[in-house]
Amino acid sequence: MSAVRTERYVEESRRGIADPVLRRALSGLQERFGRGTAEAYRRLPEGPGLRQTAHAIREKAIANLDLLLERLAARIRANGGEVFFAATGEEAVSYCAGIARRRGVKLAVKGKSMVTEEIGLNSVLAAQGVEVVETDLGEYIIQLAGESPSHIIAPAIHKTRNEVADLFARKLGIPYTTDPPRLTQAARRALREKFLAADMGISGVNLACAETGHISTVSNEGNIRMATTLPPVHVAFMGLERIVARLDEYEIILRLLCRGASVQDIGTYVSLIGGPRRPGESDGPEEFHLVVVDNGRSRLLADPRFREMLCCIRCAACLNVCPVYGRIGGHAYGFAYSGPVGAVVTPLLTGVQRGRDLCRGETLCGACKDACSMDIDLPRMLLELRAILAAGDATWGVKPEGGLERNVWRIWAGLVSHPGLYERLLRAGAVLQGLLPRGVAGWIRRLPPPLSGWTQSRDFPPLAKAPFRSRWARRRREVGRG
Amino acid sequence: MTVKKSVTLFVPCLVDAFRPEAAEAVVTVFERLGIAVEYPPGQTCCGQPAFNAGYREEARRAARHFLRLFADCETIVAPSGSCVAMVRHHVPTLFEHEPRWRELARRTAARTFEFTEYLVDVLGAEDLGASFAARVTYHDSCHLLRGLRVQEQPRRLLRRVKGLEFVEMKNADCCCGFGGAFSVKYPDISSALVADKVAWIQQSGAEAVVGGDLGCLLNIEGALRRKELPLRVLHIAQVLAGGCPPAGGPGP
Ligand code: SF4
Repeated sequence: MSAVRTERYVEESRRGIADPVLRRALSGLQERFGRGTAEAYRRLPEGPGLRQTAHAIREKAIANLDLLLERLAARIRANGGEVFFAATGEEAVSYCAGIARRRGVKLAVKGKSMVTEEIGLNSVLAAQGVEVVETDLGEYIIQLAGESPSHIIAPAIHKTRNEVADLFARKLGIPYTTDPPRLTQAARRALREKFLAADMGISGVNLACAETGHISTVSNEGNIRMATTLPPVHVAFMGLERIVARLDEYEIILRLLCRGASVQDIGTYVSLIGGPRRPGESDGPEEFHLVVVDNGRSRLLADPRFREMLCCIRCAACLNVCPVYGRIGGHAYGFAYSGPVGAVVTPLLTGVQRGRDLCRGETLCGACKDACSMDIDLPRMLLELRAILAAGDATWGVKPEGGLERNVWRIWAGLVSHPGLYERLLRAGAVLQGLLPRGVAGWIRRLPPPLSGWTQSRDFPPLAKAPFRSRWARRRREVGRG
Repeated sequence: MTVKKSVTLFVPCLVDAFRPEAAEAVVTVFERLGIAVEYPPGQTCCGQPAFNAGYREEARRAARHFLRLFADCETIVAPSGSCVAMVRHHVPTLFEHEPRWRELARRTAARTFEFTEYLVDVLGAEDLGASFAARVTYHDSCHLLRGLRVQEQPRRLLRRVKGLEFVEMKNADCCCGFGGAFSVKYPDISSALVADKVAWIQQSGAEAVVGGDLGCLLNIEGALRRKELPLRVLHIAQVLAGGCPPAGGPGP
């Protein structure tokens, strides 16, 4: 598993907020893709309701996962491929490392894959002397910079053109230029050599289809196709949930994936792969391995509250509309997955207790649900996670919230169910607030902890001298008299 | 014989405590339409703050109190999108395992409406004879917009107000960063969000920003007051009651 830094959400989000360059990049991204995706759903021949159809397809697939995966594995094996079911990230990584050792792999080229990011594949391969080269341009940039992706589809969105120019001049030894076509050319030249020399190609899987027994990858740069056809070995990694039953279902999910990910009707390169090169074929690897990764997913499958999350196809549409992601950036989420999908899936995969701030640090605005290509109810699951954090939950290893917070809510519940007491407290508050420092129009400048967060950047409204309840009573008395 | 229509008012805790004028404005609007208003005494909160924070047992206690008070009401109207979304969508789920409460919650959910939704969708009233001379923009509160799908209703109402010039702000549908306890627990993120909202409001050239959920409005106004900006922040009921003769009691 790659490093988990979910505990640092608050600090890291502060860092993201303080970065004006990041803010500009993310707001540009969200303006283009966020609005565009909504429009792309509206323009679907079947109408935006296709998202609900897709949700049902995915739910059905998740309910039949064991059968579908067996079918997929059987077909791939029949075609001469290998299929390995990895219970943990470590198992998945060491399976791949084993192949690399057996084949004496020195250089591996990779297509963008979030699941290998999740299981921390690169560092393990590197430790045994394999040079692993990311070939997606964005991933390549952040690999050169020694960073981690900050967006599922646009991993280098946090890098400026100038930073890339510097980086390429330093690492690729090209003359300094900020011209995007020249930079792309430079990356292409460097990568071309790697593609031709690689002994292993590694990819993720966007979606598999049980009926036809294929996995598929989608890209706009053509790099994944090169990585999966040129080297003699192809190892593909998929989360165990990335499958549908039939080809017609696959087609629906694929179309929504492309719209959600990049507002395209279809990605530029869509590959369907069912095994290694067959006799007489002109290209393709000698060996094909599919690694099906569990790594905590079956725990989601076992919990009806969170099973829905397995419908996710990591299209990143939810990132492109999330107001919180748009301010704090992807690194704040402390793991491979950021934005709304990260806020739900990361705590579930890496620990709810340590990911508490991811579960709570959202506004529940609901934009993610409307944008999700699979119509997943992310806010509902954030609420479930918060409920787990408050009340505790043995299956997820969470102890009930103790101390101040719990007591505050207990007292609150007592007050709101005792109107007499509640009203007296309101009156007392209206008097006591006189002690607090005021700004314009009687608004309060500073609140004491634990409410001081509000007044960090805002004034707090003063309680009305008389709440509506007493105004109403007075009004009725007057009407009665009159 | 005509039956006199009546509605029962649910005044959410924030309106009651911080902006009672908004609830009074609701009363004014209804009385102007010839609709009698009931207000069951003893109402407090629908349970939303606790629910959103994950404290479900505490939310259930608040919701039970709410359901008991409003059990026999024909039509419940509240000037808050998020509270109505709570009552409509979440309170029934809180009682999944308590059939009697669940039934009551479902019945109550079906009878509860947000103020502008009730005016436009149920009463078909758009021109309320209000006047309000100012350039006004509208902030879409998240739960009103995405929880109840109320987007056009308030705009239609505002466009009919005499003297009011309606302008859209950029990203009217983007969250203002309130989020209940979130605003206190994650002040950096919340502040960043409201700062952008305030900038968009300013860019719109509006003199007043109007909305249908008091949490968001207090958040936005708090940021404006801190910056000592002169914009007004009003609940939509306060605008719709504008220019109406006060129906007893102090007007808005
Ligand atoms: S939650 Fe939905 S929108 Fe977000 S990545 Fe997954 S499928 Fe895409």
